[in-house]
Amino acid sequence: MTHVLTTGLVPSGPTRRGARRVLPGFGLTLGISLLFVALIILLPLSGLAFQMAQLGFPDYLNIILSERTLAAFSVTISAAALATVFNATFGLLLAWVLVRYEFPGKRLLDALVDLPFALPTAVAGIALVALYDKSGWMGMLLEGMGLKVAYTWWGIALAMIFTSVPFGVRTVQPVMESLSPDMEEAARTLGARDLQIFRHVGFPQLWPSFITGASLAFARSLGEFGAVIFIAGNMPFETEIASLLIMIRLEEYDYPAASAIAGTILGLALVILILANIAQGRAARHLNGGK
Amino acid sequence: MTAATVTHAPLHPQIAAFHRRQRLKRLALILSAAAFALLVMGLPVIAIVARAFQEGLAVYAANIVEPDTLHAIGLTVLTALIVLPINIVYGIAVAWAITRFRFPGRRILLTIIELPFSISPIVAGLCYLLIYGATGLVGSWLDGWNVQLMFNLTGIVLVSLFVTCPFVARELIPLMQVSGRDQEEAALTLGASGWQTFRHVTLHNIRWALLYGAILANARVMGEFGAVSVVSGNIRGETMTLPLQVQLLYDDYNATGAFAAATVLTLIAVITLVLRSLIEARHPHAS
Repeated sequence: MTHVLTTGLVPSGPTRRGARRVLPGFGLTLGISLLFVALIILLPLSGLAFQMAQLGFPDYLNIILSERTLAAFSVTISAAALATVFNATFGLLLAWVLVRYEFPGKRLLDALVDLPFALPTAVAGIALVALYDKSGWMGMLLEGMGLKVAYTWWGIALAMIFTSVPFGVRTVQPVMESLSPDMEEAARTLGARDLQIFRHVGFPQLWPSFITGASLAFARSLGEFGAVIFIAGNMPFETEIASLLIMIRLEEYDYPAASAIAGTILGLALVILILANIAQGRAARHLNGGK
Repeated sequence: MTAATVTHAPLHPQIAAFHRRQRLKRLALILSAAAFALLVMGLPVIAIVARAFQEGLAVYAANIVEPDTLHAIGLTVLTALIVLPINIVYGIAVAWAITRFRFPGRRILLTIIELPFSISPIVAGLCYLLIYGATGLVGSWLDGWNVQLMFNLTGIVLVSLFVTCPFVARELIPLMQVSGRDQEEAALTLGASGWQTFRHVTLHNIRWALLYGAILANARVMGEFGAVSVVSGNIRGETMTLPLQVQLLYDDYNATGAFAAATVLTLIAVITLVLRSLIEARHPHAS
């Protein structure tokens, strides 16, 4: 989940080269690790790469550029984009409130933020339908206002919002905790207003973690399945997400088509995470005085 | 930005007005954050419980002891009991190798460890079918020996391992990196065996982080839906884990039964969050 986050914390390892075999267990632990990584992580991933390589480029294009696949991509990407913007904004608000203020119920709010990680996605899915279909509490309320959420694109975006809330909060929060109030107070004595202080003093320092959080939320939303399929309606061309299309192709034993769509989604998520990592690195260097 | 401190001397009216404005802003921000959290995260939980008990306690109890649901609960627990020990051994081994030794490919290994978190559940399940399925590279070879890995418990366990393997390792690596090797080297110098050193020094230092990672991994194993649904084969009463059973009941128009099964998973999630915040409060270094 925080793939991008941890790369900044890469441990440097023991430096005394001569002393590197003092502790026992090198062969055993590395052996277990490599065996596990090979069988559980690398071999299955190579299966996808192999299947895609077998497919050939023209066939790949045929699958990806088919009308139904393109529609699924556009539904998935647009809903994920909305969910990301939404969570990035509310993530800032929640992190700010959790870091800066003391109030009754703060620990409950803190725990609620992690709920989407702890609650199984299928449970979240049926809960959202129960709330937002036309007999649900929210559904009745919104229907009166003329907005249908369940079984529409809005429902997909809503499910994605639910599952990616923690990314927006938890990536920004530690950086916000480390902000020193000195600069803000200096800005205030110079006559800056709250929003100006946040825009020009606080936010630039939060920016790298903000990008990370948003990209993690986006990557997660692209691949989300369990929470979405219950509320999506799953109409081809309209409310069918890419993950569901993979599942449908699998049930038809059309492994090449499933792999082509999966490879594209995976590639897109990885590109976004890598781009965010680069942007984050640049922003961090900029903050540290251009080094 | 924090609230005004209470002073006893009379404040200049402008300062008092400033403090009042700050208090109002603070209240508005807290209220809107709480409203968002309640609307997006709180309401779904309330809805699950309300729907599960809609037709009364007796119907709820009948839904829970329904044989297929009980079987699903058993399968989910069994999966967790197999997956967690393997995850813990792997997590400790990989953290030990990475933080205690320096070897070529160490950084690459560190990246690969985190990779499963960037891969969506359906894609993970698909990868497993492609390799370990009956037509897959490894699967077809094993098929010759009459061994099937997919569409049974083995498949569910394997894909659960993939989905949850980073949890323990990512808690242990930073902690073991910071705590360094001095204590372990001292124990060895004093004549402890490698195993004794590990048990009394290393394990003692990492026990809370280990528990923390295992709790998070457990919640994910028990709740995983997408990846498991690809490889489980969805055989009624046989390879349905609890999240799959929730979907099955829901698609069978037995919504109350689905919500009853969902309350079990919700309870696990709530226990996870409570344990997590307890560990964080008592041992802040563990997370």
